[in-house]
Amino acid sequence: MRKIVTSVLAGVGLALACGTSVHAQEKSLTIFWAEWDPANYLQELGNEYEKETGVKITVETTPWADFQTKAFTEFNAHGDAYDLVVGDSQWLGAGSTGGHYVDLTDFFNKHKLNDVMAPATVKYYAEYPGNSGKYWAIPLEGDAVGWSYRKDWFEDPKEKEAFKAKYGYDLDVPKDFKALRDIAEFFYRPDQKKYGIAIYTDNSYDAMAMGFENALFSYGGELGDYSTYQVDGHINSDKAVAALDAYKELYKFTPPGWAKSFFVEDNQAITENLAAMSMNYFAFFPSLINESSNPNAKNTGFFANPPGPNGDQFAALGGQGISIVSYSQKQDEAMKFLEWFIKDETQKKWAALGGYTCSAAVLKSPEFQSATPYNKAFYETMFKVKDFWAVPEYAELLQQLNQRIYPYMIGGQGTAKETLDALAADWNATFKKYGRVK
Amino acid sequence: MATTMITTLDRSSRAAARGLSDISIRNLFIIPTILFLIVFNIFPLIYSLGYSFTDFRASTNAPANFVGLQNYRDLLNDPYVWSNFAITAKYVIISVAGQLLVGFGVAMLLNRDIPMKGLLTTLLLLPMMLSMAVVGLFWKLLYDPSFGIINYALGLGTFEWLADPKMALYAVALTDIWMWSPFVMLLSLAGLSAVPKHLYEAAAIDRAGPFYTFFRITLPLVAPILMIAVIFRTMEAFKTFDLAYILTSQPTAELISIRLYKMAFQEWQTGRSCAMAYIVLIMVLAITNIYVKYLNKVKER
Repeated sequence: MRKIVTSVLAGVGLALACGTSVHAQEKSLTIFWAEWDPANYLQELGNEYEKETGVKITVETTPWADFQTKAFTEFNAHGDAYDLVVGDSQWLGAGSTGGHYVDLTDFFNKHKLNDVMAPATVKYYAEYPGNSGKYWAIPLEGDAVGWSYRKDWFEDPKEKEAFKAKYGYDLDVPKDFKALRDIAEFFYRPDQKKYGIAIYTDNSYDAMAMGFENALFSYGGELGDYSTYQVDGHINSDKAVAALDAYKELYKFTPPGWAKSFFVEDNQAITENLAAMSMNYFAFFPSLINESSNPNAKNTGFFANPPGPNGDQFAALGGQGISIVSYSQKQDEAMKFLEWFIKDETQKKWAALGGYTCSAAVLKSPEFQSATPYNKAFYETMFKVKDFWAVPEYAELLQQLNQRIYPYMIGGQGTAKETLDALAADWNATFKKYGRVK
Repeated sequence: MATTMITTLDRSSRAAARGLSDISIRNLFIIPTILFLIVFNIFPLIYSLGYSFTDFRASTNAPANFVGLQNYRDLLNDPYVWSNFAITAKYVIISVAGQLLVGFGVAMLLNRDIPMKGLLTTLLLLPMMLSMAVVGLFWKLLYDPSFGIINYALGLGTFEWLADPKMALYAVALTDIWMWSPFVMLLSLAGLSAVPKHLYEAAAIDRAGPFYTFFRITLPLVAPILMIAVIFRTMEAFKTFDLAYILTSQPTAELISIRLYKMAFQEWQTGRSCAMAYIVLIMVLAITNIYVKYLNKVKER
């Protein structure tokens, strides 16, 4: 009997202890994001918030490879480990229809965020379904795919002369996709261990899709019709076929072993003197102008994704919005943080720390555009971006794209037309399965 | 009946003094384990069988609909899944055969009086003690065409081990062989040292050649333990995930477990991935059963 009494008392004590610790942590918020520099900048911004309000902000991170898996495991378990999550733009469908995200439509309208944030960021980071006027996130980190290049290679007079002799025009930042290809071919010299270009080829998440989209959108192609979910005639159109061929052509001029490359490898291509040009998200450019992480920092330049043959110029969208997790116990506190976050001063601070603000006013300001060598290219890009499907089954669509395009790109199986016809059939079947098309 | 199976309790022990019988002590030890197994293994196993007949997705709020055998039908009609199975079979055969050859070979070399045998054996066992993920990351560097030490040592230039669709699976299998041959070696060594010396002496007196001795004495006596190594390695190779996932993303090296992982945790097709897991489970069970039958036969001889 005494034993039972003791254990009950111990249990009560433990419960009280836990209770009080929860109480003590009430003034704190946990934000979940992937492990990269912007998350550190966000932590610094969070520290400012703590100074002002006393609410402690903790940015918890996990490597990109399991970011999606870990976040959704927590959502599916209805866990409240995270109060806010900085989710990928493709998650909007799954996050909103799955009931994982808190509806922010009222908040959005109250603060007129439609005017405050750059239009593309509102469309792709916040709204779901498209044109519905329902918002689930606040644009936080704007991002898109851009290019870095080796200024010293480009400006070498001997190279310039040889290039002009071979291609009949001046060697400069590529004006279009044809020039991109020519320059890549020109610098492809395996015997000197120099290669033309670094592109995304990894098929484990969205790398391959982002890389291909850069070509697809600039060639004037589309993934499909985002309102009717029609894909046949879009993703396998002549323009899309030409774009896929153009992207595959670039693969010829990549460094050896370039079959599973994403942002890490593409930055290495510049820091290790492997390639003349390299595709990457703007979010990874800060480390390229930092001499401690890039020995060629002084000789690295940046440009926006070039136009295709018809003059269309677009880029694939990265970036994330911040959402409140509906299982969080501190939604009011989280709301207060967002209110602070969207203020102009905060957005300026965010940009100064290294975050890619989505605030239209800050983006347009001359201070922002001249702050780094790539901010101008970023500003130009952010007004002409397009994104992947954001439906809840986007991961299946992504997997089908990887399954079709990778063997063609890397293994050289089939033709571009066959590949994209097969992809259109796969996507159509998936949309049928979820009742989006008849 | 049960009481005769276990050692009886010492009458003077404290447990006996407290009036605990053999059976209650046995239960005390076993029941928590059984409960743990039921809660964390048996229950999910049965639960997921139920899910495998539905279109359930863990990432949405939509209720699960019963779809009968639809998932199984779709999976078995999916050419990608079949190619995953073919790749896995190829991988299992290459990697287990390689481990058997290397492991048994090294064990034969070590099964004699050589100086520092203990140290040598321990050093050879090191790969097996590393984490799969660490081995994967290291070998990715070793295989690198630009700065990898393998191409440098073999003078292969920029040979693309992992980026070449035809080579990727062999490269993964090679890493697996490097890592797990020591396991086969260890078991073989145990088997080899258990072969009675007088058999070899008798063979020597009868002037039997080395091949005859090997095939008629060594191999038959080591076979049962070698079979156990094969069973373990086949099951493990069938389930290989981390190594292949880290090393390459080639579709030609996409093992069934990688496909399953993507289906379950990237696409969140929970129902379908449960069905797939069951297909894999049945296959592993079938293969293991064939082995076990064969093992019993070998033992009887």
